[in-house]
Amino acid sequence: MNYKTFLAMLWRDAHVARRNFVTLAFQTLLQPMMFVFVFGRVMTTSGLMPPAYKSMLLPGIIGLSMVMSGTWAVAMPLVAEFQFTKEIEDRLLAPIEIEWLAVEKVVAGMIQALVAGLIVIPAAWLVMGSGVALSGDHIARFFMTALLVALLASSLGLVLGCTVGQQHIGLMFSLVLAPMIFFGCTYYPWQALATFPVLKRLVLINPMVYASEGFRSALVPQFPHLPNGLILGGLIVFDVLFIVLGLRQFRRKALT
Amino acid sequence: MDLKSITPVGIRTESLRKIYTSPPPVGGMGTGAARGAKGKAKPAYEVIALDGLTLDVRPGEIFGLLGPNGAGKSTTVGILTTRVKPTSGSAWIGEFNVWERRVDVKRLIGVVPQRPNLDFNLTAREILTFHGAYFGLGSAERNQRADALLERFKLTDRAHHMPIGFSGGMMQRLSIARAMMHDPAVLFLDEPSAGLDPQTRLLLAEMVRDYNARGKTILLTTHNMEEADSLCHRVAIVDHGKMIAIGTPQELKRSVPGGFLVRLHFSNAPAALVPLVEVLRALPGVTEARESGGGQVDLYADRGGVLIPAIVSAATAAGAIIHDVHISEPSLENLFLHHTGRSLRE
Repeated sequence: MNYKTFLAMLWRDAHVARRNFVTLAFQTLLQPMMFVFVFGRVMTTSGLMPPAYKSMLLPGIIGLSMVMSGTWAVAMPLVAEFQFTKEIEDRLLAPIEIEWLAVEKVVAGMIQALVAGLIVIPAAWLVMGSGVALSGDHIARFFMTALLVALLASSLGLVLGCTVGQQHIGLMFSLVLAPMIFFGCTYYPWQALATFPVLKRLVLINPMVYASEGFRSALVPQFPHLPNGLILGGLIVFDVLFIVLGLRQFRRKALT
Repeated sequence: MDLKSITPVGIRTESLRKIYTSPPPVGGMGTGAARGAKGKAKPAYEVIALDGLTLDVRPGEIFGLLGPNGAGKSTTVGILTTRVKPTSGSAWIGEFNVWERRVDVKRLIGVVPQRPNLDFNLTAREILTFHGAYFGLGSAERNQRADALLERFKLTDRAHHMPIGFSGGMMQRLSIARAMMHDPAVLFLDEPSAGLDPQTRLLLAEMVRDYNARGKTILLTTHNMEEADSLCHRVAIVDHGKMIAIGTPQELKRSVPGGFLVRLHFSNAPAALVPLVEVLRALPGVTEARESGGGQVDLYADRGGVLIPAIVSAATAAGAIIHDVHISEPSLENLFLHHTGRSLRE
């Protein structure tokens, strides 16, 4: 592998992301923050939701923001560059195996997902006001979860970006991303599905569940969550699956 | 630079075939592409873009691939630039088999695509400096080269602009500057002058000649005969993925029987023209005469205008009415017509 080329491509993506920082931040973080405000602040202050909901919600929001920004950061440019602008061709002709370009895209997406997480934690905390009880006892588990979720987000972005046609971006949101968010235990813990036994099992095919429950297990272990082994297993399985699938799709798109 | 860039590098292909089973990349589509009907059934898509193309481009040569749209030019460039996998046959850049040694090949080549694919998220200067960085150039070197290229391609005043607002000519200049940024031994230009204004065309020709003078090999595709004629040392004429003829532009033009093409249009029914064609073929200086449908007769001859009185008498004697005569000088266009019966522009 030619590390100079790899770093130059990563630098290019960082440079572009920095230039578009404000737009990117609004695109991926505004919606979760509004949700935090309405449900974490308005509903809890008005007494419609118990105050403990704040702590329950925050890990889900972290997972959601990371997945959205990481997936978006990789998928959207790839859809456009492969199908319309062809900008990516310059990098496909760089002296490096093309698979490394896909890996570089994933690494760049991971960095953006992690940055989104870093922004969202203090921002959501501030918006929700007092009464958020996060535990600092599982720092290692937290960082591990953050890395695996970042990889999940960007490798999913690679799969979608190399699969979805430009005319189907809207469909990708309503058919893939929206169900992922709403059945991803982002706004409620998995345990809350106890009275829906079929759904409770069905949502386990949703990678988002492992992201939200993973952060719940790391930050608010006082609440019920999926067993840690299952969380770790789920994240790793989906990471590997998306990477393998994404690299295959990328190769198909890049070479004729 | 190192020795590699001083020693000219050649290009070779052997019995190259490419059959697309899914829609090919932009610019690489064959004519009459049999697109599968939309539906659940697997589309029956099969386009033979290249049908056994064997080429040998000498090191340090400006080589032109001339042919109509869909002849397989872009597919050839796609294969030679590592982006398209040949169905069979092989291709080499210098000593490297293109498909097997893609990274080594990519180091040797620069590519100007048919459609601008500039990085719209970067400024003109950044497009060059990042491209340099992908090829491992150090910071000082890439800055200095980028500035020099912007100057040469008259883009200095737009260095810090995003290319999204650039005219077609400016984008094309920037694409060429980018392809030259890492000083490749082989430069590919896919339809470089399509849609360019005459000024930019001249600049382009000058840049190509200058680059070639430094020992670089250049392969360009075009459907413009004048361009191939004036710029290329040798030209291969391709159609339907096959090579029709190869040689210097002069050799090729000489190879057209007679050289001149006299195209006659008659108002008579085609059947009535058969005896006349026989008479015309026997005229002194005419090497070939054929009825090409729709009352049109093509004569290949070693002379042009001086034939007209004889043609008119022969036609009058046969009771045929000429309503149009067109004489073309020896050209690559005539050669293409001679081999395929079609015009390059069709």
